[in-house]
Amino acid sequence: MWLKNIAFIALATILFASLANWLLAPPRVEAIDTPLIVADASMLKAKQIIDAQFAEIWERDDLKPAPKADDLTIARRISLGLTGSIPSLEEIRLLENRPQEDRLAWWVDHLLEDRRYGDYMAERLSRAYVGTENGPFLIFRKRRFVTWLSDQLMANRPYDQLTKELIAESGLWTDHPAVNFITATVDQDGTKEPDVAMLAGRLARAFLATRIDCVQCHDDNLGGDLKQSDFHELASFFSEAQNSFVGITDKKGRPYEFKYLNAEEETTVPAQVPFNQQLLAEQSGTLRERLAGWVTHPENRPFARALVNRVWAVMTGRPLVEPVDSIPLEGSFEQGTYPPGLEPLVDEFIASGFDLKELIRLIASTEAFQLDSRAEHEITSRHEQTWAAFPVTMLRPEQVIGSINQATFLQTLNADSHILTRLITFGETNDFLKRYGDAGEDEFSMDGGTIPQRLLMMNGNLVKERTKQNFLRNSASRVAALAPSDEVAVETAFLCVLTRRPTEIEQQHFVARLKDTEIEANRMQDLEDIYWSLMNCTEFAWNH
Amino acid sequence: MNRFPNMLGPEGCGTAAHFSRRTLLQAGAGLAWLTPLSRLLAASSEQSPAARRRPKSVIVLWMQGGPSQLETWDPHAGKLIGGDVKAIDTSVSGVQLADTMPFTAEIMDQVSLLRCVTSKEGDHERATYNMQTGYRPDPTLVHPAIGAVMCHELSVDGVEIPRHISIFPSEFSPKGGFLGNKYDAFRMYDPIGPLPDLPKRVGEDRFEARMADLDILESSFARGRRADMEANKTLHRKTVERATTMMTSDQIGAFNIDEVPQAIKDRFGDNGFGRGCLCATQLIETGVRCVQVTLSGWDTHANNHQLQSARAAQLDAAFSATIKYLQEKEMFEDTLVLCGGEFGRTPKINPAAGRDHWPHGFSVALAGGGIRRGVVLGETDPEGGKITADTKHAVRVEDIHATIHSALGIDFTKDYQTPIGRPMAICQGEPISQIIADA
Repeated sequence: MWLKNIAFIALATILFASLANWLLAPPRVEAIDTPLIVADASMLKAKQIIDAQFAEIWERDDLKPAPKADDLTIARRISLGLTGSIPSLEEIRLLENRPQEDRLAWWVDHLLEDRRYGDYMAERLSRAYVGTENGPFLIFRKRRFVTWLSDQLMANRPYDQLTKELIAESGLWTDHPAVNFITATVDQDGTKEPDVAMLAGRLARAFLATRIDCVQCHDDNLGGDLKQSDFHELASFFSEAQNSFVGITDKKGRPYEFKYLNAEEETTVPAQVPFNQQLLAEQSGTLRERLAGWVTHPENRPFARALVNRVWAVMTGRPLVEPVDSIPLEGSFEQGTYPPGLEPLVDEFIASGFDLKELIRLIASTEAFQLDSRAEHEITSRHEQTWAAFPVTMLRPEQVIGSINQATFLQTLNADSHILTRLITFGETNDFLKRYGDAGEDEFSMDGGTIPQRLLMMNGNLVKERTKQNFLRNSASRVAALAPSDEVAVETAFLCVLTRRPTEIEQQHFVARLKDTEIEANRMQDLEDIYWSLMNCTEFAWNH
Repeated sequence: MNRFPNMLGPEGCGTAAHFSRRTLLQAGAGLAWLTPLSRLLAASSEQSPAARRRPKSVIVLWMQGGPSQLETWDPHAGKLIGGDVKAIDTSVSGVQLADTMPFTAEIMDQVSLLRCVTSKEGDHERATYNMQTGYRPDPTLVHPAIGAVMCHELSVDGVEIPRHISIFPSEFSPKGGFLGNKYDAFRMYDPIGPLPDLPKRVGEDRFEARMADLDILESSFARGRRADMEANKTLHRKTVERATTMMTSDQIGAFNIDEVPQAIKDRFGDNGFGRGCLCATQLIETGVRCVQVTLSGWDTHANNHQLQSARAAQLDAAFSATIKYLQEKEMFEDTLVLCGGEFGRTPKINPAAGRDHWPHGFSVALAGGGIRRGVVLGETDPEGGKITADTKHAVRVEDIHATIHSALGIDFTKDYQTPIGRPMAICQGEPISQIIADA
């Protein structure tokens, strides 16, 4: 019996110790034994062309660019753009252990292998593909769709192949998740069939960055060349897609009937693409397959432009061409139609075989991405417009909550986090998003913050829960208890929340605030207050 | 406390709006520094009947889900389309309402009723957008809801709380659209107890210390960045300032009805919607421009009569009490009350004893400042047919918007410059002259 008791006590002790170890251990930093990351020649060449185009514009406009931002500022941008949250203290330590010369390239690679990248990028891209509404009940599985998309991104599936599947896949929405692109538009109250007009609009915006839906009801009367027929001929490619008990299938030869503005009666609309008609394959496969082949054709440059512009926007908070889904079909950098960077990025993306991760690496390496948003000389809105200074943009709601959760936890919150931590975080995220307000499909609007958002951050439950005295969970309490000095405590708090070290003035102010404490127990309270302030300042809520 | 002096923009308290004609008149009877002529002008403008009657605020009673016109405003008792409804006489001779609305029947002489409203949207989300903005959904831009336009067009008079509020917001809460999210409706729920997120989490001393910390951090962030970063971009400190002003304002009392005597609560109906309507009157009295109060549950594809009757009972008490209460408080002339949903319900009753979506002829009621009283226009087709543009008294959704803007004195033909570069009129409808009160 006593043997049993001893065994039980031993087991319990081991369990407790490992639990304590998991909860209390400071972030571990792995040894640096991986070789330096060297960019390949083609990417370097593309980077030089991009940088040269930006430099040309700055010189033309007589703008002195801001200096390069420090590594932590750039690392914060990359992290927000690829995972939707700021780096953890653990990650900052890892990063600073890398050799200076490949620190940022390593950081991008590191995050591209982290599941958070797939999940976050899938969430952002899916808004363009299927919108933000709940969609038709049962036949539209948003979560299934986003998870599938995340898998594709993690595997770095060439973007043209991924797009082909979205446009032309058949089958059930559960075991062929790509068809949710089609089922998201099924009109449940009326025809019970996919909405061809909505599909044409989404396709043109998401994959071609063209707002052809503007001509759904009439010809373009704002100076463009597009006709009402262009829209409906594009929509006609989806006319064969039908919704059945085996999912989405194609009914060969089903016509699309439409009555044009001022027409007497309905006509059968042929399937035709609005531009680059020479790239459309002759009769082969279903209409959707022909369309998918045309959209993703390497010579159909609007396809690559659309993705380049969107990924740039996800990574920086602002697209190269605004709005993100409306890029002129024809033009060049030299003529001034396209901004610097766009065409060389497109060239490289096509040449790489639509390699999304390679595109992300390239964007992160450009000078424009790495410039500071501040300078010794005067920075104006013109600097931001031309990327001579990194534009300050408001974080999206999920980036704010991701950052709150991460800032208040010393270790990295990722797929390796404890399931309980993730579950709690998930529940709180949804509640916070509801209150903070989701940005919807209009992802890159330039609005400022609102009063309810400020009230939620100042007095809301989440910030209170994440900063209050809780030694097991909250970094504020742990920093208060474990930091060997006030200076280290303030520095650690700044690193956790703002991903930077305090300035001299800030250090003086906050250390004085801590030293002012007469009762030892109030140190945790002081750290709680400091965390609150750090989370409520402009710097925390904006990308910079 | 004003930590960021001079940060308040044109919408803030303590600005030019405080020096309105009224303030000037109140500043002193003599007004020695005004010339006699300007004094005369100030006084005459203040007393002009048209100016006095012009409504300043709107209360929208929003019936989410699509109320049945046949069980509320437009009964056809005894006919095939009428179902189980009975009709009762009202204070307007010859006009009947459903027997679900006895209190409203008594005050019909204060209300104008449109019974032939048509739209082209039969889906909840799209139709709600259409009714709230006056425009059909457009993938290229988001139009502002009527409350957002009001806040954009009409000045502020020392209001320290949000001026566009939605009580019990549905998932389609009114938005600022291309005017910016600062015009989004402030969302709140049952007006009992304090608003969430409004009370400070710490004592005054700690709060002061936190704000002092923020000052340090904000000046760090501003250093070296665009000089107009705060004013033209982030508006962060201004928003913090406005949030803090709101937290400490006496006006937040308007957000709850805890102090209101029970007898008054009972008149509105002591349920969520009734309390919301009562709260709306308090908010309007405080200076809020537009309050939307939502009553959900009208989407009765089955068991229509019973479900609609239950909703209508709540609406009846709250709608009639709102009108009467505004009159008692002498705010009826200054407030326009609108009651409607995204569409009506089919005249034909389906096999599940329900009624389905029907945008082809439904009812919307308006009352208060700027609106003629006791006017009823059109009726649901007795045979259950669609109301078309040619039908007598047919009204489009955008015409209702034009009527409201017109009553408020907003030039609705004015174009907004939208982010996509397309000029967009505030409203494309025509005011319904039959229900607009004489100036």
